[in-house]
Amino acid sequence: MKKIYDSAEAALDGLLRDGLLIAAGGFGLCGIPERLLDAIRDSGVKDLTFVSNNAGIDNEGIGKLLRTRQVRKMISSYVGENKEFERQFLSKELEVEFCPQGTLAERMRAGGAGIPAFYTKTGVGTVVAEGKEHKEFDGETYVMERGINADLSIIKGWKADEAGNLMFRKTARNFNQPAATCGKVCVAEVEEIVPVGSLDPDCIHLPSIYVNRLICGAPYDKKIEFVTTREREEA
Amino acid sequence: MPWDRNQMAARAAQELEDGFYVNLGIGIPTLVANYIPVGKTVTLQSENGMLGIGPFPYPDEVDADLINAGKQTISELASSSYFSSDQSFAMIRGGHIDLTVLGAMEVSQDGDIANWMIPGKMIKGMGGAMDLVAGVKKIIVVMDHVSKSGSPKFIPECSLPLTGKNVVDLIITDLGVFRRKDHDSPFQLVELAPGVTEDEIAEKTTAAYEVAL
Repeated sequence: MKKIYDSAEAALDGLLRDGLLIAAGGFGLCGIPERLLDAIRDSGVKDLTFVSNNAGIDNEGIGKLLRTRQVRKMISSYVGENKEFERQFLSKELEVEFCPQGTLAERMRAGGAGIPAFYTKTGVGTVVAEGKEHKEFDGETYVMERGINADLSIIKGWKADEAGNLMFRKTARNFNQPAATCGKVCVAEVEEIVPVGSLDPDCIHLPSIYVNRLICGAPYDKKIEFVTTREREEA
Repeated sequence: MPWDRNQMAARAAQELEDGFYVNLGIGIPTLVANYIPVGKTVTLQSENGMLGIGPFPYPDEVDADLINAGKQTISELASSSYFSSDQSFAMIRGGHIDLTVLGAMEVSQDGDIANWMIPGKMIKGMGGAMDLVAGVKKIIVVMDHVSKSGSPKFIPECSLPLTGKNVVDLIITDLGVFRRKDHDSPFQLVELAPGVTEDEIAEKTTAAYEVAL
């Protein structure tokens, strides 16, 4: 069984077609699967739906595929800081389903865990809950939300072993973990692939069963949206 | 003198208790972190997957993998932990976070909050706000008492699309503080900013409230 591929293009071979529903990890530009997004752009597939917390910014992340008009629909919680997105959204060229951030994460987790729907208090009494089933539990009203099953998951990790056991780094874990579980096939890019036995099995964030194909995408030039710092105190 | 942004944040910080796990929204709420009372241990949650937010990093310690929910670079503490977005919102939705401080465009007298969209304008999305108001134990709103055009923001019924219904516990504006005992009780005006009168509040508020100064 081959899991490790030489390039993003090779890892996505046979998986891409028009109209796919793709779950992508990342929060802002933190932990986005940039090599895989580039390869999807270069493949030319179109009419894609992305389930992703954000839509990148102009010319970064999913923003690159918006520019080339390959995205038909976004399912996201927050889409600021992206002019091309705004233009396509306002001209109705791009469809957007806004989903509360926690509901979005749970929809991915539930989909990956074989749970077709769940009830949450989030969004009750707002436009998000309109047209959805409501149910009372212990005197509180909840709204039903559906799990998400994507055709393809693309995620970014820190280190993986050759078997596909994967670790994330700091806040770059975010949506990568639930996104990995909800796709029929998950392709992961990492900064380093290490031999089996080099990672502590007790410290694996994403077990290999969720990682179908793997590439090392290094070197990375990670982008930061807002660099904020403090002065070093004088000794 | 009405309270300025920092004074509003400092007032919100008085609601923090020792041992609290807290989520702070973007804007004035973020400033609350600067006023955590001495001697109290408060752990800040970032909904993108971290407990124990540290201060902004030194310039040579900036790390693209370490950001807060406002996408600003931050640092970690010895007590910090990281987790995924689904785990992060499980702790929010599950009622494990003690308190959140959020901004708002409107709050109604029944505790409804609107803070995510204005019809006809570009919608950026609700992010985690709907999950926070639905799941956190205590919801504090920090906002200007009136809008830039001078219209009241604490009103009988929200005109903007809601973020949550009957969820707000405490409102801190530049003019004063409104509190309610529980979600079935009316808001009470409990504090005035220095130099602000009851009459001025009444003039700039259309919501019904009791006075308990």
